[in-house]
Amino acid sequence: MKNKPNDLILQTVTTMISFIIILFSIHLFFAGHYTPGGGFIGGLMTAAALVLLLLAYDIKTLNTILPFNFRMMTAAGLLIAVLTGAGALLFNQPFLTHAYDYFELPLLGETSLHTAVLFDIGVYLVVIGVTMTIIQTIGESE
Amino acid sequence: MSLLHLAILLPFIAAVIVPFLFKGFRSIHTGWFVLLVPLALFIYFIQYMPVTSSGQTVSKTFEWIPSLGINFTAYVDGLGLLFALLITGIGSLVVLYSIYYLAKEKEALHNFYVYLLMFMGAMLGVVLSDNLIVLYMFWEFTSISSFLLIGYWYDKERSRYGAQKSMLITVFGGLSMLGGIVLLYIMGGTFSIRELIGMSGELMADPLFLFAMILILLGAFTKSAQFPFHVWLPDAMEAPTPVSAYLHSATMVKAGIYLVARMSPVFAESGVWLWLVAGFGIFTLFWGSFNAVKQTDLKGILAFSTVSQLGLIMSLLGLGAAALHFDTLDENMYMTATIAAVFHLINHATFKGSLFMMAGIVDHETGTRDIRKLGGLVNLMPITFTIAIIGSFSMAGLPPFNGFLSKEMFLTGMISVFELDLFNLNTWGILFPVLAWIASVFTFIYSIMLVFKTFLGKPQFDKLPKKPHEAPIGMLISPLVLVTLVVVFGFFPNLLSNTMIKPAVEAILPSLPAAGQEVYVDIYFWHGFTPELFMTLGIILTGTLMYATLAKWQGVYNRIPERFTINGFYDRGLDGSESGSFKLNEFFMTGYMRSYLIYIFAFFVAILLSTLTVSDAFVIDTSNLAEIRIYEVVLAIVLIAGAITILFAKSRLTSIVLLGVVGYSVALFFVFFRAPDLALTQLVIETVSVALFLLCFYHLPEISRKEERMKFKMGNAVISILVGLTVTLIGIASFSNSQSFESISQYHIDNVYELAAGGNMVNVILVDFRGFDTLFEICVLGIAALGIYAMVNFRGVRREKR
Repeated sequence: MKNKPNDLILQTVTTMISFIIILFSIHLFFAGHYTPGGGFIGGLMTAAALVLLLLAYDIKTLNTILPFNFRMMTAAGLLIAVLTGAGALLFNQPFLTHAYDYFELPLLGETSLHTAVLFDIGVYLVVIGVTMTIIQTIGESE
Repeated sequence: MSLLHLAILLPFIAAVIVPFLFKGFRSIHTGWFVLLVPLALFIYFIQYMPVTSSGQTVSKTFEWIPSLGINFTAYVDGLGLLFALLITGIGSLVVLYSIYYLAKEKEALHNFYVYLLMFMGAMLGVVLSDNLIVLYMFWEFTSISSFLLIGYWYDKERSRYGAQKSMLITVFGGLSMLGGIVLLYIMGGTFSIRELIGMSGELMADPLFLFAMILILLGAFTKSAQFPFHVWLPDAMEAPTPVSAYLHSATMVKAGIYLVARMSPVFAESGVWLWLVAGFGIFTLFWGSFNAVKQTDLKGILAFSTVSQLGLIMSLLGLGAAALHFDTLDENMYMTATIAAVFHLINHATFKGSLFMMAGIVDHETGTRDIRKLGGLVNLMPITFTIAIIGSFSMAGLPPFNGFLSKEMFLTGMISVFELDLFNLNTWGILFPVLAWIASVFTFIYSIMLVFKTFLGKPQFDKLPKKPHEAPIGMLISPLVLVTLVVVFGFFPNLLSNTMIKPAVEAILPSLPAAGQEVYVDIYFWHGFTPELFMTLGIILTGTLMYATLAKWQGVYNRIPERFTINGFYDRGLDGSESGSFKLNEFFMTGYMRSYLIYIFAFFVAILLSTLTVSDAFVIDTSNLAEIRIYEVVLAIVLIAGAITILFAKSRLTSIVLLGVVGYSVALFFVFFRAPDLALTQLVIETVSVALFLLCFYHLPEISRKEERMKFKMGNAVISILVGLTVTLIGIASFSNSQSFESISQYHIDNVYELAAGGNMVNVILVDFRGFDTLFEICVLGIAALGIYAMVNFRGVRREKR
């Protein structure tokens, strides 16, 4: 983005707010199984935070803060989702059969662990990857 | 998975290792490693011979996709074993030959042997599987590996042309065959060949029977180069000679014959089958031998001769089907036809294999295959000459070689047509012996030409690119083994009778020996002064006479203009379909997004409105409506106002903001109707996409104020109104119909905690109940992102190229 005005207020606010948004998005992601949220919304929310950073600063700054290759992130997310699905085949279950159980974890107490979370991580990563790839590609092109 | 399955798959496994061997051991010719595979398999399969010759079969099943009835059932009977031995036996000889034919320094051996092994495995799969779908899979594998092998020297234009031609024709046949297989499944409910054979009587009564037969035969005819599909085979000769010897004469082209033989018990009772198989076969026999005489390339002669010989075997298989109409086996002379078919199949593999290798040697040592340049090689290449003379005399049907025996039996089969009062054969059937005799004369001529023009006559060594000399011993071993077999089978044909021919014939005609009888195979030289003998004498006399006067009547071949040949038809068809589809494509692919959107929306409206009308689904039911609250009215007004204002917006920024208004209003609707997940998603999506739009428009060129107002277009207006109308109607109809069936929501409400241990139904549906949808959705997202990335980043590259 050329000739960007030095928007001090937006930048200062963004530094704080984007972290809050990202934290909130992670909360949404984990809460998804019981209350509104999930991988899709969580991913979009994280992407929104990144877009905010992008608007306040510019693409170069964003790349130095988060040096990710978002296309790889998309691929990694797809891989995680497919492998989670394929994992069921190892136990002679149809593709994408999920399993869960309750575990006693330190600090958290009794917690339900669910393979759906793994699948959702895949969705989460894909959504961030896709959104950021599109925005970066279009933003970077001259 | 049994040892038998592993044996079939062994070439595929070996194909994976070959490139590493090629890289790792550059000093050793890769062929030596590859040679072990067919050799081991040949030894393995020969152990099955006592089993099949005692009339038993072996069947091993590996469950592959049992829910669709697709199991990898390996089935070894006389016919399958005969082919398996041909594939591995000739395969070993060809690999040995190729070690000397292809130099390890110059050639891409890792490619060559990978393709060759892939072919070998595929071919074994074709002949040893009982399941039609598995057979089809391997069948297409043979087409693909043949394509790759013909195009092995891909820098030559002719190679690429030949490869494409063979691919188009054989894959066309393969797909027709798949159609036939599906029809058989619809009729019989199984993919297993043996089960289909069991119900052949019921199948015949089915109206689909004829279609299934024709489609299956299309597959067999294209693969076995029967007229008019034979045009691909001569062009396939661009492949390296070991490949031509292996694929295009001994094995792959016989896959069609295998299929006809294998499916005979299912179809052969029908008269259409007899006429089609025998008719196409006999005409191909004639046409191939007639055209072989005009060729000047050694491999060209051999290619047309292969076409013709394949026709011969095909016609015998067709006439052999007549045996099914006679109950007693003793006087059943139609059995002779099938026995002759199997016998000739073996003989053809031996003499044609050796002849191809001979042609390869001549090419390798003199640098040309053109018979107009060759001549007088007999003193320089005595061993090659011996190979050539035994091979071609056997092909011409001269005693004492094996070709004479099967040719006599072939003539017997053809003459017997006269005594057949079946399917009008006693009237039109006269064509069979006549065509057979004419074709045999031409066969005699080109066989003589092959030897005399190459090895005898005036030496003209100055025309040869290389100084000719005898081939290295390694190259001679394989053809020598084959001609030895030609002589051995000639003198002792009964070596094969009970071991190979009888079990194969029993597999082709399984219903015959049921009455406690056995197929009796006894092949001998002297039958007395029979019509066959006089026919052979006539062939030799006429053939010699015509060969002597060849120059006088050769002009016949130039009478057919290029336009009307099948090759001309193929070329024009290919060009026509290319330019035709290009034109069609140009017609509707305008390159403007707006045109595509019109297609999509017009189709959307047409298909949905017609479904709505046809299924009579449109009803309005107002009984169960909720109360309309003031918030909703206000929100709806905002939404509609926003949407309409976009049309009149003067700047892009305004349009984007207004689009945002529409999106956020919809999100608020979700809030009102208590769908927090949807509302959240919609809000975030709206935010991100507004940012995205801003980015996009930032890059668009500034347009002048005058053009900012779009012109009113009637067509667009009609389509947009129709889209809105369709969506509204479907919305109303689906709400009104919702009482007529039980909603799936209750299932989700009941099971969300029970089965998935979750509390948020929407998310559980996304990740668990309908996980597949989500998986595909994120795939689509990923593809879209990559597409945008590629379009934006590589657009410059393309422009430079133009």
